[in-house]
Amino acid sequence: MAAGPAPPPGRPRAQMPHLRKMERVVVSMQDPDQGVKMRSQRLLVTVIPHAVTGSDVVQWLAQKFCVSEEEALHLGTVLVQHGYIYPLRDPRSLMLRPDETPYRFQTPYFWTSTLWPAAELDYAIYLAKKNIRKRGTLVDYEKDCYDRLHKKINHAWDLVLMQAREQLRAAKQRRKGDRLVIACQEQTYWLVNRPPPGAPNVLEQGPGRGSCAASRVLMIEYFRKALGRTRVKSSVCLEAYLSFCGQRGPHDPLVSGCLPSNPWISDNDAYWVMNAPTVAAPTKLRVERWGFSFRELLEDPMGRAHFMDFLGKEFSGENLSFWEACEELRYGTQAQVPTLVDAVYEQFLAPGAARWVNIDSRTMEQTLERLRQPHRYVLDDAQLHIYMLMKKDSYPRFLKSDMYKGLLAEAGIPLETKRRVFPFTWRPRHSSPSPALLPTPVEPTAACGPGGGDGVA
Amino acid sequence: MCDQTFLVNVFGSCDKCFKQRALRPVFKKSQQLSYCSTCTEIMATEGLHENETLASLKSEAESLKGKLEEERAKLHDVELHQVAERVEALGQFVMKTRRTLKGHGNKVLCMDWCKDKRRIVSSSQEHAVTMPCTWVMACAYAPSGCAIACGGLDNKCSVYPLTFDKNENMAAKKKSVAMHTNYLSACSFTNSDMQILTASGDGTCALWDVESGQLLQSFHGHGADVLCLDLAPSETGNTFVSGGCDKKAMVWDMRSGQCVQAFETHESDINSVRYYPSGDAFASGSDDATCRLYDLRADREVAIYSKESIIFGASSVDFSLSGRLLFAGYNDYTINVWDVLKGSRVSILFGHENRVSTLRVSPDGTAFCSGSWDHTLRVRGMVFRFPVCERREDG
Repeated sequence: MAAGPAPPPGRPRAQMPHLRKMERVVVSMQDPDQGVKMRSQRLLVTVIPHAVTGSDVVQWLAQKFCVSEEEALHLGTVLVQHGYIYPLRDPRSLMLRPDETPYRFQTPYFWTSTLWPAAELDYAIYLAKKNIRKRGTLVDYEKDCYDRLHKKINHAWDLVLMQAREQLRAAKQRRKGDRLVIACQEQTYWLVNRPPPGAPNVLEQGPGRGSCAASRVLMIEYFRKALGRTRVKSSVCLEAYLSFCGQRGPHDPLVSGCLPSNPWISDNDAYWVMNAPTVAAPTKLRVERWGFSFRELLEDPMGRAHFMDFLGKEFSGENLSFWEACEELRYGTQAQVPTLVDAVYEQFLAPGAARWVNIDSRTMEQTLERLRQPHRYVLDDAQLHIYMLMKKDSYPRFLKSDMYKGLLAEAGIPLETKRRVFPFTWRPRHSSPSPALLPTPVEPTAACGPGGGDGVA
Repeated sequence: MCDQTFLVNVFGSCDKCFKQRALRPVFKKSQQLSYCSTCTEIMATEGLHENETLASLKSEAESLKGKLEEERAKLHDVELHQVAERVEALGQFVMKTRRTLKGHGNKVLCMDWCKDKRRIVSSSQEHAVTMPCTWVMACAYAPSGCAIACGGLDNKCSVYPLTFDKNENMAAKKKSVAMHTNYLSACSFTNSDMQILTASGDGTCALWDVESGQLLQSFHGHGADVLCLDLAPSETGNTFVSGGCDKKAMVWDMRSGQCVQAFETHESDINSVRYYPSGDAFASGSDDATCRLYDLRADREVAIYSKESIIFGASSVDFSLSGRLLFAGYNDYTINVWDVLKGSRVSILFGHENRVSTLRVSPDGTAFCSGSWDHTLRVRGMVFRFPVCERREDG
């Protein structure tokens, strides 16, 4: 990161809620009764009061928030990185060491929320002070910044040098301890606001976000409609989550694992091969899922294919085909809309059509009327009618059918892959072919048999 | 499936602007006309003194909002964690990083999975260029796997067909689809490669036809930048949710362009929204350091996922396949995993060295991928889950 130019445009400090929260934490850490244990720290020949050790900070955070030490260390590190706690001995790197290393709490004057964004002029004065105090102690990146600022605010350079000298003179009149503390505080502030190259810039934000006027008219219209809407009792809605999660839990690899093994963990592709979009023998879990909901069945290409077969036997396959054609219309290219509408009409809706769908007369009448001005949603009502017909009538019969029961019985449960004992048996990873290269999926051979088939080792 | 039937308007040519939109009846000098939503609003605010309009509209909006909150509270008879008391706790998870992807030279801003469950597309801030217009903040994989869409500070969403011919220049085949007046924050293909839904810093969302670049529908209502969107996994496939800097999450009807539900309980910008797998609810992640669950049938917020020790905003959220786990990436470089039903945190994951900007669970739920400002992407899976045992923390 190039130091020197102003930080990228971000949001005003009111929109950085995390700063306020961090400040509340450090304030409670400094509470005389409940806060972190304070002690005086000896540094060279001076004694600095109100210091805390890194390990005490971590312990306090772990207890206060009931978290592990790892998390407490992380939280403490974040506080140090934002300059709310600074190291007394080595103020050049903002790190939290969970040991006897001494730290102190930053003065509110230098809090990021107080003094943000940091002013170029102040940075120039700070660097000038460092330069004057001991000639040549500016680190490389600081030298670059100093030179750049010198060019940029050349007109104010006299002011900069004068301020620097004044501040140094005033500092000499303080006690050594105070001088040391103020130097640390200032250094920390600049480490946060002008981080050295390689260090994370904790104040960096994404592109600026703004606000525009909300449309009151639209809001009022929305509220009026919302007041009239029907709501469902919480108890009913929440029960639904329990049953959904309970039903799907065994099917969720991140919760219950998957058989024969999770390909990401074992580097074994078998799971993906067995669950490819089209396989000769779908797994038991997969066939079970077709019974969870009609949507689940349709979303699985194999499930949909079997359902189509079933409908064929009942001579109602045109329903599914009609539904598919409507989907194609809804999600198709705008330019194709008139053509697709015509095609659907010819095939499914026209009197005497080859695959005429049985929609109720009212919906049919309305649809035919609307077809005069075709757009992509013109068949929505008809599509919904046919969808509900399939869902409430054909789908339950499919689930009770011998066909489905047979699929369920035939479907196998893969055996769990035995964990490899020797860690140095390394299986090379192969890149899978991209869908962009292979437009038609390749059908793999059967990978598992009924019941106790052999899992792929 | 949510059995709400949304208000279906007449769809046709607006009497004022002549664009093909969803229309509503308006009365102008006792004549009935059909206007689109934008023209309706313009008509409502013209012809009146400006101060008068704003003040009266504001107070009306406030009072209606209060009434709505009252109505919503009436049917709230139990909390989610109470109902979930009888559910078995999840125990302790061991999640390990199984892939670390280091190809980007700069901050990773967004990622998406291909439907083949193995490929990922990710976007970043352009390396070594300090001009802000190179932040690519949104990217999406087409359902077929043959194209990707992306955009950002260029205010556009462009579609790139994927090619593996080394001689072919991908940039040459790029097609600009969406044009907004401010940055593009999110994009998503609908059920096909031919339509894209976008969200923008200009406060609107929009639906586009990829081939012609035509605007099919626009969605107005957010009072500030829209930062995220997600399409509903519903049977009728007609709605989507968006979240914005106005702290609101809004559910939209894609056909009419109208907002059908809105929720405003967050205390800061909403960075990410994601539907619960059943489609009856959605989760949101916000700069106020909380994630929240909103139920669409109850029409209210039903859970808050927060902890005192979590101070930084959540940038990205996603559910596991069963909806039991909610993964959230935060600006303090961590990922917290929440038990959606019980409201407790089950795991905290370290590893990234800068803020987590994007997080998605793979389409088959076997892993989840997080992208970060530390230039890397990490794919993690569940190695082991210990059965329930006494834990001192995270009750």
